[in-house]
Amino acid sequence: MIVGAGLYMALAAALFLIGALGLLLRRNALVMFMCIELMLNAVNLTLISAGRALNDLNGQVAVFFVLVVAAAEVVVGLAIIVAIFRRRATASVDELSELRG
Amino acid sequence: MAEPILFILMAVGALAGAITVVAARNPVYSAMGLLGTLFSIAVLYVLQLAHLVAAVQVVVYAGAVLTLFLFVIMLIGVDKSEDWDEKLPYQRAFVGGLGGLIILFAGALTVFGNFDWVPAAADTIPEATNGTIQAIAEPLFTDWVLAFEATALLLTVAAAGAIALAHYRRGQA
Repeated sequence: MIVGAGLYMALAAALFLIGALGLLLRRNALVMFMCIELMLNAVNLTLISAGRALNDLNGQVAVFFVLVVAAAEVVVGLAIIVAIFRRRATASVDELSELRG
Repeated sequence: MAEPILFILMAVGALAGAITVVAARNPVYSAMGLLGTLFSIAVLYVLQLAHLVAAVQVVVYAGAVLTLFLFVIMLIGVDKSEDWDEKLPYQRAFVGGLGGLIILFAGALTVFGNFDWVPAAADTIPEATNGTIQAIAEPLFTDWVLAFEATALLLTVAAAGAIALAHYRRGQA
């Protein structure tokens, strides 16, 4: 292990930051979803490198569960986006203000 | 000596893909950027001996999830240009400030601190974290078997919910 765990975690932090900024900046619901995937992957990278540095296999097991939850989230989220698009013919989250009080 | 070279290559690839996801106007380009990032992260997993997780990453993420994304992009239409004029006036400034603060924090960590965020166990046997299928399956089906079954239930519920959403017709609710 020549490259230390801290470098992997710095990369993961950068990826998480880019994903979070994209989530705040973009208005297209699909792109926002991709940014969420980016953030999930950054966290997975953190878990893997921490497990490697600590010699603990549970980090990789945790990544599996994150993968499963991410897959379920993508399925439901994309179904919701398609349902909204059928009603409103838009994928921009700024248009969806019906619930505003 | 392969690890530093591969790490630098894949880190650059992952960051370039991530920036493409955020900056591309066309959602298809965003999806392609995400694909690059996912593949780069899979290589980084292999570098850290997480072989099975890397394979699952390529099959599930790059295979299934990204194909689903592309299907929905094609369904919704790629040519819907997003308007970039801001309806929430303070959000751009807030994002800029937040990003600047985080970068400042990371810079301070790099300059003043060190990168040993994890207490090192480098001298122990590296084979203990060799993520082969057998090594992963053992904790997965002993310690974590309840969570494993719960994820099976979660996937079933998610699939049923997606089908129910897809069957929705206007005026039928």
